[in-house]
Amino acid sequence: MSIETAPSASATALDATAAVATRRDIQHRLLMTLGPILAALIIAGCILLAVGVDPLAYYGFVLEKGLFSPLGIQQTLTRMAPLLFLAAGLIVAFRAGMWNLGGDGQFLLGAVTAAASAPLFVQVMPAWLALFCSFVIAMVVAMIWSLLPALLRAYQGVNEIITTLMMTFLGTSLANVLVKLVFRDPGTTVPQTRTLPVEDRLPRLFGTTITSGLLLGLAAIIIVHLVMTRTAFGLKLRIVGANPRAAIHSGLGVPGLTIAVFAISAGLAGLAGAVDILGVQGNVRADWNPAYGLAVIPVVFLARMNGFAAIGFVFLLSVLSIGGESAARRLGVPKHFTLVLVSIVLIVLALAEYIDHRYNQSRRA
Amino acid sequence: MGSLSSLSGADKRDIVALEGVTKRFPGVVANDSVDLAIRPGEVHVLLGENGAGKSTLIGMLSGLQQPDEGRILVDGEPTAITSPRHALALGIGTVFQHMMLVPTLTVAENLLLGGPWWQRPKTEELEARVAGITRTLGITVKLHAKVSELSLGEQQQVEILRAMVRNSRLLILDESTSMLTPKGIDELGALMRRLVEQGLAIVFITHKLKEAAAFGDRISVLKLGRKVGEIPPERFRALGEQAIISEIVELMFGKQKDDPEAAQRPVRTIHAEAAPLLRVHDLAVAPTDDAPGLSSISFDIRPGELLGIAGIDGNGQKQLAEALAGQRATAGGSVRLEGASIEALSVGERRQKGLRYLTDDRLGEGTVGTFPVSINFFLKQVGAAPFWRKGVEQRAEIDQRAAQLVREYDVRTPSLKTPVARLSGGNIQKVLLARELAEGAKVVIFNKPTYGLDLANTLASRQRIRDTAARGLAVLLISTDLEELLSMCDRIAVIANGSLVGTVENVDDARTKVGRLMIGLAA
Repeated sequence: MSIETAPSASATALDATAAVATRRDIQHRLLMTLGPILAALIIAGCILLAVGVDPLAYYGFVLEKGLFSPLGIQQTLTRMAPLLFLAAGLIVAFRAGMWNLGGDGQFLLGAVTAAASAPLFVQVMPAWLALFCSFVIAMVVAMIWSLLPALLRAYQGVNEIITTLMMTFLGTSLANVLVKLVFRDPGTTVPQTRTLPVEDRLPRLFGTTITSGLLLGLAAIIIVHLVMTRTAFGLKLRIVGANPRAAIHSGLGVPGLTIAVFAISAGLAGLAGAVDILGVQGNVRADWNPAYGLAVIPVVFLARMNGFAAIGFVFLLSVLSIGGESAARRLGVPKHFTLVLVSIVLIVLALAEYIDHRYNQSRRA
Repeated sequence: MGSLSSLSGADKRDIVALEGVTKRFPGVVANDSVDLAIRPGEVHVLLGENGAGKSTLIGMLSGLQQPDEGRILVDGEPTAITSPRHALALGIGTVFQHMMLVPTLTVAENLLLGGPWWQRPKTEELEARVAGITRTLGITVKLHAKVSELSLGEQQQVEILRAMVRNSRLLILDESTSMLTPKGIDELGALMRRLVEQGLAIVFITHKLKEAAAFGDRISVLKLGRKVGEIPPERFRALGEQAIISEIVELMFGKQKDDPEAAQRPVRTIHAEAAPLLRVHDLAVAPTDDAPGLSSISFDIRPGELLGIAGIDGNGQKQLAEALAGQRATAGGSVRLEGASIEALSVGERRQKGLRYLTDDRLGEGTVGTFPVSINFFLKQVGAAPFWRKGVEQRAEIDQRAAQLVREYDVRTPSLKTPVARLSGGNIQKVLLARELAEGAKVVIFNKPTYGLDLANTLASRQRIRDTAARGLAVLLISTDLEELLSMCDRIAVIANGSLVGTVENVDDARTKVGRLMIGLAA
């Protein structure tokens, strides 16, 4: 070469300052999370005042029931189990740039098949094996339910937001039909599946009422996080999500990966249904639909698809929904106020994110 | 152009002036107290290597970024250009290096963007204006084609057109000629002349010294963020073209050297008896809405041979490269690598066999912009040892090898973790070169490898390509730059409308022969 180029910037020189920057970054993130939550509580408090309820009493009940009372915190932690599975499934899909919004349909079908199969299995095999088999069946059924949107997206480029949403309507209805017609427990008058005896359900932790499904959920989300960030498979999915054309250029089998993403995401949603049934509910009643799938979507976004952050946000969501239900009963606020509160928190968090982004941009510019 | 008439009294007043403008990014001073005067009636050429700070300067003029220090004067008034919209309102129109069009909209819709929302878009008016402008520019623009269906070259033409449609009194052209044909470049030069005669100011950024000398009135040279010299119009007129070029080279590189674009091709010997490494026979690709198909493409490349593909942009070059790489379905024909048929293999399998494709779309498909530099080195090897073991990422191995490649290929990056999109075009290209030329390559396809690069990076890339052939690899070099092909290739094939219209040995009169083939005459 005839032209001398300056020595390249040292690749490592700036890494040393990175540690300081990371700490500041974490502080900033904490502030950006807690500040908006406080603001949201104030806004929701104003709404409560407007309808004539003492907001401090309401929040007191929420915290007391959701966080501080022994029974309440156990309920909160138990509620986390299915939410964690759903969040794990969404992290996989969103990081790969695929919008699986069919979580509720997949969740319910998983729940119904688990509820239908577990009472039969426990009669012929040890309880642990029966539970395991029910988990597998729930997972497989949910995966199959995601196959149609997956194939359409992979080979025809059909927008999966629409197809998964449509499939979730069909899935919830199908689950209902199954409960009422096929898996109905003949021993009861209310339409519901046969009930799994309490002693055959997932064991509870350390003499509390907390389901061991919580541990399964934590394991699922941590494994998903590690797979997405540390493995070749996770990197491939992230490439597909971040730049699909680069994925094709790099020789990745995009259709195959697409189907895998849908299968994993739906499988985890199916497991969420199973863990709720086999750990807590014991059976599925007709028309039961907790709609966890939709509630978890914003949580995953706020956690920026980071598994560890998602655990924190899922905990928050659980506290609000368990505590909120109780506070609503005691103060005569409609039960749906929980949803109002959660929505305000999410909107304010998103707004804060947007303002922070704009501020960063203008400062950088 | 009502605003211009009021200016005509003070013709030499600066439209825009930069005073001591400094801009810092983490780890880099992009601009270091730069002074610049932009006057009506002048083509002001900005020259500098990639990373010299030209893009940042343009970003500040067009309202995308704000200076950290110093100030920008517009018509003598200190003005903070707060947004691109504001810049446009001030009469500053910019044609960016990277495409800034909405790919899903048609050309006409893109040109109409930003109009008042309460009015129907004035399509007829636009068509008439565009017809007038394109007539003088000598380009044809398909107003009703979707932007995503246009080639990069055609998109660039639309961007120039857009700035012209908007009555800008300062037009900034950032690397605008790199995608144009030689004829188009001359026409653009002539048009710029006409525009400045009408009182427009033009800031023209190019790496091609000849264009700078041919089209400029005033030249400013940037180096590592600082302005290192300026040739004012008086001096410009006094010097001949050669004298100007050598003065620029002196300013840019601090030492005298000949015009490198006229470098002679060293004589190389190719083993004519060796079996071809790559043999393409009768390759065909079905045409799509946006691109011509390919028909009966046949050629051989022997080990150590450099075959060039010349032609005007958008004649099937990208389709050819993608069909060979396996990214585009073929409609017939065979591709043999070392005698083995590969046309049924996937992209990844072809790469395993030693076929490498260096894309011209560096950010669109060559890299994942938000991923760190280190990962982008290994995008095509995800899962391969030793960087992944049993599917688990080996961060130490990746960082070690990436640091090695950064040194070897002189990639200038603040750190290995920097998102690759933050690097300048030349440095992104070095990442791609490092990735494609690493061990195992047998046949390498380069698609416009020096597009948009500065002189130093262009020369470095060309040397890499020559070295690749010298190592005994078969090289296919697709380029729209005829000088580049003439200075490097052993043979040059000319592509027009999706077929090869002729192949020329690169000897004495190759330039004329290739030129005749390109304009549709028999060689």
